[in-house]
Amino acid sequence: MSDGSVTARLRLRGISKRYASVIANDGIDLAVAPGEIHALLGENGAGKSTLMKIVYGATPPDAGSIEWEGAPVTIRSPAQARRLGIAMVFQHFALFETLTVVENISLALDERIDAAALAPRIAAVSAQYGLPVDPHRLLHSMSVGERQRVEIVRCLLQSPRLLILDEPTSVLTPQAVQALFQTLRRLAAEGLSILYISHKLDEIRELCDVATVLRNGRVSGTAIPRVESNASLARLMVGGELRECTLEAHQPAEVRLELIELSLPCTEPFGTELRGLNLKVRGGEIVGIAGISGNGQKELQAVLSGERSVVPRGSIRLCGLEAGRLSPVQRRQLGLRFVPEERLGRGAVPDMDLADNCVLTGAQSGLVRRGLVQHRAARAFARATIARFNVKCDGELAPADSLSGGNLQKFIVGREIGFNPRVLLVAQPTWGVDIGASLMIRQSLIDLRNAGVAVLVISEELDELFAICDRLAVLAAGRLSETVPTATLAPETVGLWMTGAFSAIAPAAAADHAVP
Amino acid sequence: MRSLERMSWPWRLERRVKPSATMRLASSPIAIGAMLVTGFVALRAIGINPVAAFRVFFIEPVSSLYGIGELLLKATPLMLCALGLAPGYRANVWNIGSEGQFTIGAIAGGGVGLYLGPAIGRWAVPAILVAGVLGGAAWAAIPAYLRARFRASEIFVSLMLVYIAQLLLSYMVHGPWRDPAGQNFPQSPPLPDNAVLNPLFEGMRVNIGFLLGLVLAGLSWWFGRATAAGFRMRVGGLAPAAAAYAGISERANLWLAMLIGGGAAGLAGICEVAGPIGQLQPSISPGYGFAAIIVAFVGRLHPFGIVLASLLMSALYLGGESAQVELQISASVTGLFQGMLLFFLLAAELLIHYRVLRVSPMTRVGGPA
Repeated sequence: MSDGSVTARLRLRGISKRYASVIANDGIDLAVAPGEIHALLGENGAGKSTLMKIVYGATPPDAGSIEWEGAPVTIRSPAQARRLGIAMVFQHFALFETLTVVENISLALDERIDAAALAPRIAAVSAQYGLPVDPHRLLHSMSVGERQRVEIVRCLLQSPRLLILDEPTSVLTPQAVQALFQTLRRLAAEGLSILYISHKLDEIRELCDVATVLRNGRVSGTAIPRVESNASLARLMVGGELRECTLEAHQPAEVRLELIELSLPCTEPFGTELRGLNLKVRGGEIVGIAGISGNGQKELQAVLSGERSVVPRGSIRLCGLEAGRLSPVQRRQLGLRFVPEERLGRGAVPDMDLADNCVLTGAQSGLVRRGLVQHRAARAFARATIARFNVKCDGELAPADSLSGGNLQKFIVGREIGFNPRVLLVAQPTWGVDIGASLMIRQSLIDLRNAGVAVLVISEELDELFAICDRLAVLAAGRLSETVPTATLAPETVGLWMTGAFSAIAPAAAADHAVP
Repeated sequence: MRSLERMSWPWRLERRVKPSATMRLASSPIAIGAMLVTGFVALRAIGINPVAAFRVFFIEPVSSLYGIGELLLKATPLMLCALGLAPGYRANVWNIGSEGQFTIGAIAGGGVGLYLGPAIGRWAVPAILVAGVLGGAAWAAIPAYLRARFRASEIFVSLMLVYIAQLLLSYMVHGPWRDPAGQNFPQSPPLPDNAVLNPLFEGMRVNIGFLLGLVLAGLSWWFGRATAAGFRMRVGGLAPAAAAYAGISERANLWLAMLIGGGAAGLAGICEVAGPIGQLQPSISPGYGFAAIIVAFVGRLHPFGIVLASLLMSALYLGGESAQVELQISASVTGLFQGMLLFFLLAAELLIHYRVLRVSPMTRVGGPA
């Protein structure tokens, strides 16, 4: 580790934090040397976020001590953390869409600097570290990658000595990831310490000098990622061997879901207009839609699920029927099932128990009869889902928000599969879900495909799409690329397409390649 | 800045992993306790012996059979209005105009009683009750329509309609419906004998309205628990995005919530006019429709909680009246207690989702370097 002669920039000793029913951190030791890129690796729920909240002063620890450059400190607030020289880029940015870069940054700074003085400083920092940012641009016109640069520039303006990055690459194209890594290496070379939170093993092996691995709130090991393999890191993280999913050749059946020149005007400020989408999904295949959120993913989900029904031009056909104006309930009756991206608050009602959350989408499948909720049937259905998908919870009467993200996602996927879909639409199936649960969800999607269901997956995770999809298309700036068999596609091509660099395709050319 | 930090409050609020079931039950009693303590201090500050005042306020009004009848009588409109509001509040539909729907219910039911009552014999009581419900529901339909059609805020529309309803009542009793034998007082003739709600018991004034309230509480509980419509309303209130995902119609929830709220308030209105008042007059409510909003929340939007809360609020009304008579305290003392109760209730609600945490000394040893 980074002991030795140099004083550690940050040293944590025996940090513990207990919430009412869980121990989030249990005696964690961690040391970050100056100029070191230090990975904090662990599954969801391993305690990474709690630990970073403690370092950033957002939560007090129950026990343990923090040393900053050799001196003991108590970090009582994020403002104090920033004064010490700790900066953090959150996974979800806190930026205002209607303001410019300068205005956003000046709001976030602790000191008051007027915009005229700030803009040249922003320009200077962005030029120095290869982070192109125009200080006077409005946020809503910027991509997620650009927004992340704004956040990093904001942190660098405070001349930090420790930069914390929480899952920074989850929303970036492969090319943008490389650009970010270059910037981070340059910053580290100048002596900035970086704490890099992630669960992506490839990236950690490429970027980080040292990794501290957390499991169930404890340090399960430290490693030099460059000399480890993905498998050995994963073992530290999960505590066991991982099984890969496999996709066996399979002949798809008839078209179950078809988009024909689907266009949708933009109704919300900062929304995306969908422009002439063509797509076919057949029974027995998994089609993936890659691309970064904000490129029409939300709109496509809404128009497919029926939450937005009016389609002025083009159409949606579901199991051979025109479905563009059908309500979500009618589409469910035709066999379309949908797992939304947001699981708490959309896919499940946080304050309701799991049985009631089955009634949410099960009203058309026998859980409501003659206007009355069938509580007994709902409980039995929930119990069956919990058992089949190995959902960890306090039984079917546990409220949805008492489940961890991964378990809730298993439950929601399981619930929709349990209603026997003919077409399953899944958005970000494993976003923020731990490895074990991810594998299980992916395998269940593959099983569904093998059973003849048409599956459409909208995801930002390229690895995932390449692992489970028969065919792949990219949604960028409201346009959909052609759909190409995954086996013949290079990740770099997809990365290029994610920036919108593909030619528009005619409806005829949208016909799928995989089918004779 | 630094000195401020050093003096920092050693307590912090931390979100509970699960909402506390104990606090869910205890928050209303805590709020009532805090109201009593603050009231004690406030009364002492204005030079009144709080112990004697509490006696006058809370004990004396209910120390006779007649007093208990009054308690139930005053609880009736509060209970009915609040039971009507609660499903809407759970569904994120904010009907603030219960008072107006109460007034229109009274006008509609009273009108039927005055002009059709003599002709329909023993059907008069059911007829006026139904007319009251329909009148209140119709008045609530206005904000429902405007919100569904034009996205007008139901909060403002229903509130403004309160004043229109009151002016309408005033017009009716000053003009077309004024009692010719009433020595020019602005009031209607008394309702005919077959169109009034008689007391349930000798020596009390409480009428069938109270029983209707209890029945409505039972129905409301069943509606929320067993029916798909009740389920949809709960989802609409708890998680609007989940409701959209499930295909639950926001509009259907809105209409149902407004019509239930209006109908129940209208029923309360006619029960008041055909009960203790006996005729239409310019003022038929000391603000029951507004107090019912507090009752609904004090009862934690649960039907049985609302029954208890309406009794509590009724006791505050009676206490205020008795304090006014015996201690010559202003009637606004009732408002003071109501306001404090709601204030403490909202504050105590925090404890359900958060716990108070003492920043442990261990983390304070180091101090800023």
